Amino acid sequence: MNTSEHRTKSIPLKVWVGVALVAAALALLPFVAALAGQAWVRILNFAMIYTMLALGLNIVVGFAGLLDLGYIAFYAVGAYVYALLASPHFGAHLPFWVIVPLGAGVACIFGVLLGAPTLKLRGDYLAIVTLGFGEIIRIFLNNLNAPVNISNGPQGINLIDPFRIGNFSFARPETILGVSFSGPQKYYYLLLLITIGVIVVNLRLQNSRLGRAWEAIREDEVAARAMGINTRNVKLLAFAMGASFGGIAGAVFSATQQFVSPESFGLFESVIVLAMVVLGGMGNIPGVILGAIMLTLLPEVLRYTMEPLQMALFRRVVLDAETIRLLVFGIALVAIMLYRPAGLWPSPVRKRELEVAATPQ
Amino acid sequence: MDIFLQQIINGLTLGSVYALVALGYTMVYGIIGLINFAHGEVVMIGAMVSLSVITALLGAHAPLPSFAIIIAGLLVAIVVCTVLAYGMEKIAYRPLRKAPRLAPLITAIGMSIILQNLALMIWGRNYLTFPTLIEPTPHNILGASMTDLQMLIVLLAALLMAGLVFVVQRTRLGTAMRATAQNPQVAGLMGIDINVVISAAFVIGAALAAVAGLMVMTYYGIAHYYMGFLLGLKAFTAAVLGGIGNLAGAMLGGILLGIIEALGAGYIGDISNICGLPILSDSMLEKCAASDGQVSLFGSNYQDVFAFFVLILVLIFRPSGLLGERVADRA
Repeated sequence: MNTSEHRTKSIPLKVWVGVALVAAALALLPFVAALAGQAWVRILNFAMIYTMLALGLNIVVGFAGLLDLGYIAFYAVGAYVYALLASPHFGAHLPFWVIVPLGAGVACIFGVLLGAPTLKLRGDYLAIVTLGFGEIIRIFLNNLNAPVNISNGPQGINLIDPFRIGNFSFARPETILGVSFSGPQKYYYLLLLITIGVIVVNLRLQNSRLGRAWEAIREDEVAARAMGINTRNVKLLAFAMGASFGGIAGAVFSATQQFVSPESFGLFESVIVLAMVVLGGMGNIPGVILGAIMLTLLPEVLRYTMEPLQMALFRRVVLDAETIRLLVFGIALVAIMLYRPAGLWPSPVRKRELEVAATPQ
Repeated sequence: MDIFLQQIINGLTLGSVYALVALGYTMVYGIIGLINFAHGEVVMIGAMVSLSVITALLGAHAPLPSFAIIIAGLLVAIVVCTVLAYGMEKIAYRPLRKAPRLAPLITAIGMSIILQNLALMIWGRNYLTFPTLIEPTPHNILGASMTDLQMLIVLLAALLMAGLVFVVQRTRLGTAMRATAQNPQVAGLMGIDINVVISAAFVIGAALAAVAGLMVMTYYGIAHYYMGFLLGLKAFTAAVLGGIGNLAGAMLGGILLGIIEALGAGYIGDISNICGLPILSDSMLEKCAASDGQVSLFGSNYQDVFAFFVLILVLIFRPSGLLGERVADRA
């Protein structure tokens, strides 16, 4: 009682002003981005979807230290659950708020299905099994259109319901209180809300009993078990919770995009999400968010700058923009890792460990 | 019976290629514990370079027998791939040897993206066809056919693997490699230059990859800037299947994976045929009648699922792969 009073009093005005400023900036961001084109609002939305994904993977890789190379499978499961339950494909049109928890739940079940038999595997064996699992899910989605059409195969599922409350659809532009909102801008606020929710849950998880158990397992599994941690259950929980966040991100992706196809869920996507986690700073939530935003924005920024840059330098387009932007992306991945091996924003614990390891004994 | 044998022969051919690539993964993993994600791209570069050299030589109407042309292409590819792998290790992996374990994995992914897009710039987006230099004369073996090319691939792969085993077991370099794999610090204290050993592992792996690249290209007759990805994935799967870090395991895993895939692709349609099950609906029965009683739940497009499924099963029962050693939990 006393402490909580003390705590509320001790938050200085500066912090509140800071929070208000950040909130205002986040609220205005889609309008600033719209000045450069609606495409940029969509890119912001993607940055948030990737943030959710990266945070989910961070639970598995960053907190619990289990290398998962097939994480995108859970994203795919969430996306297809939404697509199948809210599209003309089966004629089902369940509401968003029913399907999102359902997507999380189904993804969670898949997480446990994958985790249960594989948890005794160590390190890189686990990596390849998760990778295989991811590929299996993708291949099934690609081929489950015959003899019974479930996933509609490589064509994917079209005309997915957008998010709507009553008659208020998020897919079409609208004017509210004299301000005109485009579809992506409306989605921005929805995604912002969900992303903040996911971030809060992650922050609370990290400091929970469970979060500390994950960290203990990551550092030393044998010692963790000796301390009375049920390593099997705790690892399974990491898989299940990571998968649930992937499922949520997938369902939201489906609603935003209104179209899904197996192509969006290849191994490359898994690898990029892993790169977000590692490059941002494994196990450190602000770092992971930074990594997700950076790796979403970087290819897009390159997409729009590479051609003008070439025009300015050589007065003609020497190299195809699509190729060179991926090339630069690859170079950036290597360069960032070389200069900051622990990630851009490592967690304080890891940073300390690295410094200890670096000093000669 | 002959279909069965035919699938075994096809699987053996493909499996030999997997095994050669898997050796590259497993040597690097055994010594520095890194999944060299870019290894598949090295195979692709090997295929592309040899294709370019071969087409150039054919275009110049050089008075050489086709065998010599292929050898020339192969040699150039080996040189390019080894230099590439050496440089890659030096730039992207060596500085990170003491970094957190996942850092070099990310640079490996970065290198893979870089190599793919470089290849895209140089060789373009289209499938390139490989000129038929070796006439695929089929030979009848117990009712199945095996072409000259298939025989050549299997024999060459076997020869290379024997050579590698000789190097690793009988030479000074091989001894140094095995020592470094066991414990790099102690090996260093014994006067082994670890950097040389690690570079050697990359270089040998790259040379094998170049050969594998040429093999897979002649076998399928096409090359593509994206071909390294799936091939690398399969080869890595093979290495893990056999027990990563173990040379014999990589060979066994590669050949097994090739055979499993071929058999899976050949028989999965029959196994999952649902006509004849007593629980079919009327519409399904119509479908069966319309297609000669052959409606399969899974077609040969599930070939890759088969490979991964077997891998998962094997790892559940033998968590360190078929020939991998059981690693005790370190306290």
